[in-house]
Amino acid sequence: MAVTLSVNGRRRTVAAAPETPLLYILRNDFELNAAKFGCGMAQCGACTVLVDGKAVRSCVTPALAVVDTKITTLEGLGSATSLHPLQKAFIEEQAAQCGYCIAGMLMSAKALLDETPHPSEGDIRQALAGNLCRCGTHNRIVRAIQRAAKEMSP
Amino acid sequence: MSAANRGITRRRFLGQTAALTVGFTLAPLVRGLAQAPSVLPGSLQKNRMLDGWLRINPDGTVTAFTGKVEIGQGIVTALAQIVADELEVDLGRIEMVSGDTSRTPDEGVTSGSRSIEESGSALRFACAEARGILLETAAAKLGAPLSSLRVEDGVILAPGGVRATYGELTTDAMLKREATAKAKPKPSSAHRFIGKSVPRRDIPGKVTGGAAYVHDMRLPGMLFGRVVRPPSPRARLVSVDERATRALPGVVAVVRDGSFLGVAAEREEQAIAAARALRKSAKWQETASLPPSGRKLFEHLRRQPAQDAVVSEKNDAAASAVKTLEATFTRPFQAHAAIGPSCAVAQWQEGKLHVWSHTQGVFPLRRELAKALTTPASDITVTHREGSGCYGHNGADDVALDAALCARATRGRPVKLQWMREDEFRWEPYGSAMLIDLRAGLDAQGNVVDYHHELWSHTHSTRPGESDGTNLLAAWYLKDAQRPGSARNIPQPAGGGDRNAIPLYVFPRQRVINHLLPEMPVRVSALRTLGAYANVFAIESFMDELAAAAGADPVEFRLRHLSDPRAKAVIEAVASKAGWRPKQAGDGRRGRGIGFAKYKNLAAYVAVIAEVDVDRATGAIKVPRAFAVADAGLIINPDGLANQIEGGVIQSTSWTLREAVSHDSTRVLTRSWADYPILRMTEVPSVDVSLINRPEEKPVGSGESAQGPAVAAIANALANATGRRIRDLPFTPERVKAAQT
Ligand code: FES
Ligand code: FES
Repeated sequence: MAVTLSVNGRRRTVAAAPETPLLYILRNDFELNAAKFGCGMAQCGACTVLVDGKAVRSCVTPALAVVDTKITTLEGLGSATSLHPLQKAFIEEQAAQCGYCIAGMLMSAKALLDETPHPSEGDIRQALAGNLCRCGTHNRIVRAIQRAAKEMSP
Repeated sequence: MSAANRGITRRRFLGQTAALTVGFTLAPLVRGLAQAPSVLPGSLQKNRMLDGWLRINPDGTVTAFTGKVEIGQGIVTALAQIVADELEVDLGRIEMVSGDTSRTPDEGVTSGSRSIEESGSALRFACAEARGILLETAAAKLGAPLSSLRVEDGVILAPGGVRATYGELTTDAMLKREATAKAKPKPSSAHRFIGKSVPRRDIPGKVTGGAAYVHDMRLPGMLFGRVVRPPSPRARLVSVDERATRALPGVVAVVRDGSFLGVAAEREEQAIAAARALRKSAKWQETASLPPSGRKLFEHLRRQPAQDAVVSEKNDAAASAVKTLEATFTRPFQAHAAIGPSCAVAQWQEGKLHVWSHTQGVFPLRRELAKALTTPASDITVTHREGSGCYGHNGADDVALDAALCARATRGRPVKLQWMREDEFRWEPYGSAMLIDLRAGLDAQGNVVDYHHELWSHTHSTRPGESDGTNLLAAWYLKDAQRPGSARNIPQPAGGGDRNAIPLYVFPRQRVINHLLPEMPVRVSALRTLGAYANVFAIESFMDELAAAAGADPVEFRLRHLSDPRAKAVIEAVASKAGWRPKQAGDGRRGRGIGFAKYKNLAAYVAVIAEVDVDRATGAIKVPRAFAVADAGLIINPDGLANQIEGGVIQSTSWTLREAVSHDSTRVLTRSWADYPILRMTEVPSVDVSLINRPEEKPVGSGESAQGPAVAAIANALANATGRRIRDLPFTPERVKAAQT
């Protein structure tokens, strides 16, 4: 049993059952840390990644369902040495406490900004309403996204 | 005093009161024989060697060691700022090593907003002393008078251009000495990094998918583990089909020990599937052991056997009361509810165990693992790796034992074990339910003259490493089951259930009584603030009720009962910031309220004003906005402090509006976010934080200082808006609606 997936522009075949949730393949086979296990039930958003540009919950997405798609994780946006404007804005706003929710927040934000380059504060909150944060970092996250939006499309 | 002597006096002390004399007369005798060690600041007191805290490397970098750990509060960055300033070395050349039983000092647990006081003070004095030693060494080497030397980023400069670097001067022996704490730390005017919003060291990794958490560890040959917990706390395993599970793809080990069940598999999804199969085949015998729920819980708590203590008593002369008020407040069991379920990695090699854990205390966890696994502590290493924010004692330590038990069956292969969402919700130790009775009397001038505070609650700490039992979940279910430690209250002045039960207000006659309920049918432990959240909710709600009875404005009423100028300052500042108008009535829908506390009565001062917006038809409450003013003494990192205060207000708003763990007589029913909704991005208040810096005061932490004032501000705002007060948490729409009629 094997599935071939294209993640952050890289195609790889992994030896996993086709119904395996995408999250475990990303974390354990592709060795990508960003997407996190939070609930495994599509309730918290910690595992959010982009599938053909749309934010999806990778914990409930079977690998089989995404074989012919383009999957993007936070690592695909930018790296420590070449930050995506969203990542840069999160650092500038110090928009994290424990940070466990942050990768999911960033991916939901990316999906939003791709569709709505000039979102209102309400748009941002709505788009991220499915991403839970327990530390109370919400408002900093919103500020970071507003900052990134400004930088990406002035 | 020798260890043997101490043992004897302690035992006698516990055994009989007559021994009290023995303890006291022995002490000076023994001190005569050997110089008693001086009292050193913070954690230096228990970890007295300079080289335990600091290493100056030949390349000019500095390695600083702390027993405290990063739990999302930014502590490692703040400590680095302290080291940089005291040593005068650039922040960029300071490496921080935290929480490792093989490398760092034992600083107990990272909790109670104490890290800045304990680790920060220790590092401050250790670095000041090390700098002095380096200067003396340089003076001798350069042949220049000490007073002529100055330091610039780790380089000591003498007049005439001669110089020596820390890296050149350092020797192995230099810091191998006991601290004296005689070197004075720098005055705040000389700080370059302290007081600046230095960006946190951990954030870049967290926003780029770096390996930031224990969850992200990958070791060669690593397996994935999962546990199968019983369906209810008192359930016992009757039978299970291990064979069928062993035959599933990828399964390497199925562990059964008494009622403990765990699996290890090659792939994570295989471990999950194996655990599911194992659960399906398991037969349990359950026992109804949980207390009644809902309203009945609190009547039940009041009737339980209790250890009673008078926490504070005062009988000053004052006028007699002309008016008396009484009220009862409740707080349910509430969950830490980390976003990431607890996780640990464990590996056994040649009888020695290495555990990587997001525990708040690597040394206490090691002591507890040693008991649970009947392995000498010296054969166990615990290394801290970050986890999801914990907010107190959650499943972090328990999962470390789970991983160690599973890894014992994998012949040296490491096991990474993460709990599932349901494991976390049903098995973490909750913040204890509380019942609080208040009574107060006002004199003819409308001043409080009598005050009575009485509370019932379980202990607020069952952490590992500090009890007579084994405070790790799985240990209670093994074939050779171990017992949890017996309940005890954290003593005042910090307090446990009675934390912040003693009002900071000056009341001439007061009595505070704590009823500690030692039986804990529902598992409880430290949730951020311990008892302070509910005590401050009660006191501060009651202050508004008393103010109303006295016809006074809540802000003025508080100020007139306070003597501490720092307390008054935060209240005045938040009132002016929020544009508080005395005695402003709510309009039936919107209102404002204030809440104040000095955390633990010995740390940060925080005052909060919150606004609420109530939908009277549905009972739904929104908290659109809150203002907070905090005084945490000398501020190390303003942005970090603001982040903590803002987070505290938001978390408290969520506890206050939404949160309660539910259970029936046998099982905990809270299993997922659907059963335990927390505030979402669309529902959190905006928080306007202002800080008061007090460079002459000692710095104190503040991760837990805003929660009490925030709940009180919301409660008072709700009463202000609707004219109806709610004294039971959380403020669910049903309750709010019922209170309107
Ligand atoms: S882990 Fe996927 S939504 Fe929670
Ligand atoms: S920053 Fe900790 S959960 Fe969001």
